[in-house]
This record gives sequence, structure tokens and C-alpha cells, in this order.
Amino acid sequence: MSTLTAGFADPVLDAQAGFRAVLEAMSRPGRVQRAGTGLRPPAPLHQASAAVLLALADADTPLWLDAGADAEAWLRFHCGAPVVAAAGEAAFVLAAGAAPALASLARGSEEEPQRGATLVLQVGALEEGEGWRLCGPGIAREHRLRVTGAPDGFHAAWAANRAGFPCGVDVLLCAGDRLAALPRSVMIAEG
Amino acid sequence: MTAPDTLDRRRWMAVLARAPAEEIAGLLAGLPALPAPERLRGPETGLVMVRGRAGGDGAPFNLGEMTVTRCAVRLGDAVGHGYVAGRDKRQAELAALLDAALQDPARRDALLARVIVPLAARQQAARETEARKAAATRVDFFAMQTTR
Repeated sequence: MSTLTAGFADPVLDAQAGFRAVLEAMSRPGRVQRAGTGLRPPAPLHQASAAVLLALADADTPLWLDAGADAEAWLRFHCGAPVVAAAGEAAFVLAAGAAPALASLARGSEEEPQRGATLVLQVGALEEGEGWRLCGPGIAREHRLRVTGAPDGFHAAWAANRAGFPCGVDVLLCAGDRLAALPRSVMIAEG
Repeated sequence: MTAPDTLDRRRWMAVLARAPAEEIAGLLAGLPALPAPERLRGPETGLVMVRGRAGGDGAPFNLGEMTVTRCAVRLGDAVGHGYVAGRDKRQAELAALLDAALQDPARRDALLARVIVPLAARQQAARETEARKAAATRVDFFAMQTTR
């Protein structure tokens, strides 16, 4: 319990700011937002991923994570989210190390595509203006996004995820307090 | 740091949850001041559903919601929790602070003797007073039977 630190300083306003950052990131795939700048989550949680989960996860959203006991205790205490053993049953999946395969996560159904999981993927760095070419809804022509430390084989897995639209997994990329989203509608080409 | 016995901790948390903020603060005033704690959560007020079981083994049912104020603070390595009925945020924070301080063996004995024991004695006395008042109004049905 010794690593248990405070969550949002102002639970209402900070959670709204976190929600707003996710909303902006999802509406403009590939544009980098900032979230959780003042947070001090336990390692290996990044500020942005901690802010996303504090804002969105609660007792009704099963959570799967590979970030260790300290992070699990912190998220249990502040979110009250039930932690599940199988990533396929979780509404939110937090990957600090090797991410589980996109195909193994909940994808929703044709009737309820909103039941698809959200993968919060911690990466090394996020830079706009170079790297991957993103296009799709929310992007006028193309957005460029350089992701350092994305899992191997991510592009093939993403293409398969994209093919199942409207079902699929949404990805939130987090690096420090920087946040970018890959909603299931976006198409990615190598830069 | 030796962890306190769960039973002991449950006992002092129960006493603190029933003690008004002024009583706790009054007893704390005579002791060396505790360091300022770090607030982890709250104090915040919410509703808790109280559930019951008919006869102890029946199907659970929702008895009703009650107002609860909770707080969690950190003092050094110890995390203290306070859950109190009602909406007194100061009481919840004091209860959490004391729960954290009582987990520290260096402070435990003094706090137990100077705060928890007096509070428990007051609560016990209040319970006994009330029980005596209630007992004075008891109707002896046996007496009514014999006069018939």
C-alpha cells in the first residue's frame, strides 16, 4: 500500500478534462492531446493512460492490465473497476509491456458494436508530422503520426481490426502525458 | 512496520465512525500534533445501499440508501480510511487520519489510551443510558396476565 498516491486533485473537473482529451483525440485521429499532466501514478503507468482510466473506468467496466501490483492497486482504489484475468472479457485493456493481440480482445457485435474494447497502449513516444499516414473519418486528407515502440505486426493486426467495422477495438496511444487515438474507423499506412 | 491486528483495527475504526468530529478533535488537542496527511480521496459524500436478509438466511433485499462520507489519507507509509454515516466531512477526515496514525506502532499506544479508549467509554455509557431509559418503560405482560 506504500505506493498508493492521490488521484485527480479535483475529481470532477479533472475527469471532465480527461474525457475531453479522449474526445478530441478520437475526433481527430493522429492529433496529439495532453492528459493527466499533474498526475503522479505509480510506475509503469504513464500520466495520460492514468488520466484516461481515471476518467473512463468505473465499477461497470472490467479492466485488464499487465502493469503490476502497484498499478492494479492504484486503479482499483481510484476507479473501483473490477480487474479480470482474461483480456478478452475486459472493456478497458491497459498494456504497459507486450500488448495482447488485437484479435483476442472484445470486438462487440453487429447489434452492439459499442461493446468493443478500448486498448490503452503505452508507447515510447508520439510525434506529429511524420511517420504513419492516417486517413479516414475526422481527417481531411491525411495525418502523420510517428509512434515509437508500437508492437510488432501492429499494421497487419490493425488492418484485420479495420476490416471488421463496425465491430473492432479502439486504441488510445499514451506516452507520458501525450495522448493520440486510433478509432476503429481509421486507416493506417506505413510512412 | 508491524501491521495491526485486523480485529484491533476494526474495533478502532468502529469507534471512530461513531464519534462526532468535535469529540475526536477535543481528545486530539491534548496530544502532540500529528503531521499533515496527504489526501488520497475525498472527503466525499455519497449514497450506500444497505442490504439485509430476512431472518439472517433469507433472500437479500435492499433496505434503503444511507448517506455516507468517506475519506482516505496517507501518513508516511500507512493508508487510513474513514467511512462515517452522515455528511460530516471533518469527521471522516479525522477518522481516516487517526486510522493511519494508529497503524504506526510508535504512535499506537498513546493514541489508543488517550483517544480511542475514552471515546469507546463515552459511547458505551451513552448506550447504557439509553438502555436504562428504554428498560424503564418496559411493560410486563406477565403482570397483565395474572390480573385478568
